[in-house]
Amino acid sequence: MAEQLFYFFIYPGLLFAGIVGGLLSWFDRKITAKVQFRKGPPLLQPFYDFLKLLLVKETILPERGSKLTFLIAPLFSLIGATLSAIFILLPLLNIDIGFEGDVIVIFYLLTIPSLFYVIGALASGNPLASVGASREIKMIISYELTFLLIFAAVIMKAGMTINLQEIIQMQAGGNAFIGSISGVLLFIAGLFCVQAKLGMVPFDIAEAETELSEGSFIEYSGTAYSIIKFTKYIMLFILPALLVGFFMAGFNWEGTGILWSVLKLLAVVLLLTLIRNTNPRLKVKQVMRFFLVGMNIMVIIAIILIYFGL
Amino acid sequence: MANRKIIPVGPYHPLQEEPELFKLYCEGETVKDIKWETGYNHRGIEKLSESKTFEQVFFLVERICGICSTSHPFAYANCMEEIADVEIPDRAKYIRSIIGELERLHSHYLWVGLAGHFLGYNTVFMWAWKYREPILDMFEIISGNRNSYAMFKIGGVRRDVNQNQIDQLRKVMNQIKKKNDLLTGAVMDDPVIHARTKGVGVLTKQDVMDYAAVGPTARASGWKIDIRHDDPYAAYDMVDWNVITAQEGDVFAKAKVRLLENYESIKIIEQCLDKLEQEPEGNTEVKVKEIPEGIGTGHAEAPRGEVFHFVKTDGSNSPVRHKIRAPSYVNIATFKKSCVGQTISDATISLAAVDPCYCCTERMAFAYDHDTGKKIYDGNELVQLSQKKTEEIRKTYKI
Repeated sequence: MAEQLFYFFIYPGLLFAGIVGGLLSWFDRKITAKVQFRKGPPLLQPFYDFLKLLLVKETILPERGSKLTFLIAPLFSLIGATLSAIFILLPLLNIDIGFEGDVIVIFYLLTIPSLFYVIGALASGNPLASVGASREIKMIISYELTFLLIFAAVIMKAGMTINLQEIIQMQAGGNAFIGSISGVLLFIAGLFCVQAKLGMVPFDIAEAETELSEGSFIEYSGTAYSIIKFTKYIMLFILPALLVGFFMAGFNWEGTGILWSVLKLLAVVLLLTLIRNTNPRLKVKQVMRFFLVGMNIMVIIAIILIYFGL
Repeated sequence: MANRKIIPVGPYHPLQEEPELFKLYCEGETVKDIKWETGYNHRGIEKLSESKTFEQVFFLVERICGICSTSHPFAYANCMEEIADVEIPDRAKYIRSIIGELERLHSHYLWVGLAGHFLGYNTVFMWAWKYREPILDMFEIISGNRNSYAMFKIGGVRRDVNQNQIDQLRKVMNQIKKKNDLLTGAVMDDPVIHARTKGVGVLTKQDVMDYAAVGPTARASGWKIDIRHDDPYAAYDMVDWNVITAQEGDVFAKAKVRLLENYESIKIIEQCLDKLEQEPEGNTEVKVKEIPEGIGTGHAEAPRGEVFHFVKTDGSNSPVRHKIRAPSYVNIATFKKSCVGQTISDATISLAAVDPCYCCTERMAFAYDHDTGKKIYDGNELVQLSQKKTEEIRKTYKI
């Protein structure tokens, strides 16, 4: 029991994932600043932001709407993110071998944060938040199918194993999935899915600052918003980490392997940052068409290629 | 009317830099109707103007708008010179045109940046504003200010542009040309920008004529209307340039018109600089001693469209009536056509596409109670109210 609690709260769960996620968030912001001729924030800025929201800023509750649901929703999204962090990071960091079928559990757990953002937004009773929530639902409908197909394709590619540890081991010794054509296609599709899950431009339509002024999160403030921010930090770590595990042979914590592991993670985050800085926000219809038609066809082609062993 | 809800854009909203309220009546994501409320920025400029001398009014109208802070003095100067019946020296005309075009350049860059920001494309935002910086530096070199240049006076300009500054301006123009190529390329060739702006917020030529739109809003719909061309003032008929129009009338066309107008502005500035070198230095004004009784109208092409000033004088040293019409005043009305039937995403960029400037536009004399329709304050009482509030703020800060 004590071990499970340690996994959940300290390592590799809440605290560890949150801190690494915060550092990656700094990396994302710093690169963005460099692209835009700005100086960028200091290293600890994401944590200052979080602590200020948590400790200093007052929490204002919406007058109308369900206050309890409004406050509980961020908590559940944090729990969902932390649980998926545990199941993704235990095999990736070589702490525990995981269990048979953990890939499927990871898939389900990763949808929880987005779902609770929707519930929290709807509970706030704000018209802008309700538009944000409806957009978030449309986003979930469009990218989840692609995301599921990618999971299926990776499982096929790994010889029908549904254990993350075994998927990583399949890629050991220079056989990373990204080295094949189907792997590249799947990685690109996966990258866009992660972009959408993280709510980054061009898929930030649910927040859409200049349209809905933060949409789903408009009513959140203080502690409640700090929890959402922390959830986002965790997601910014575990989703790229999952991609590294699926396509780049995971992490290796021996000798120069440490450097490579960090570089792999940073490379994925860098790609996400560059996509976000070189595109305008898409419209809802365009996002749905992009995933339901474009990305799905790409993943299906990848699956056919896997069938032929490419 | 089922499930119709109001999506408010304002009174304070990240889309607009100024306070205003657009109520988008939406069914799902589709905007079915739009209503707007302005009046948050009213400052009583026209009334204030009647209490100032003719020279002081320049500084007042310059503060109508921070972005196009030369277009109002420009129109006012044209207006006063019509009443006084003076012809200003050529050197002053060239300097006026240079200032006017530099302002158009920086204003269009500002809009391109903001449009990028509204689309969530913050890289374009930062890049465009970085490229705008040398232009503001030039203003500082010439006039001492980045904005509100105080260059105009009745009968000429306040400051001369010397040879050193001409060389500097040439250098900056060469830089800007390259940057304009880069920015135009980035916006015109980006497929995602095409997907977001083409066919969005379309105004037909008939629409812009019906709503009497002006400036790039009208020109993007194929209506060739430009005060610089239709009723030339300053040096605009002494140099060679083209009126840029586009036919599509969508947001992309508006962006295209603005970006291509930048090239025309650079062309005008460079020709003016050439001519300026041939003119004798220091010959920048004719002395105007007396403003006779009369009425005058003056207009100028601001970056957003036609600015119109009307002044009535009675032989004293201040206007009896000063009427101002800013371009956004007519352009805002086109939202009814461009936003209804669009999705919220398209409506917001359509709102931004006319580059509205509300503080230029606000007109208000009375405040009415919302429910009963009873008059609460008139103009004078509002001014007193504002002065009382200023006193209170001073007291709290012990000034």
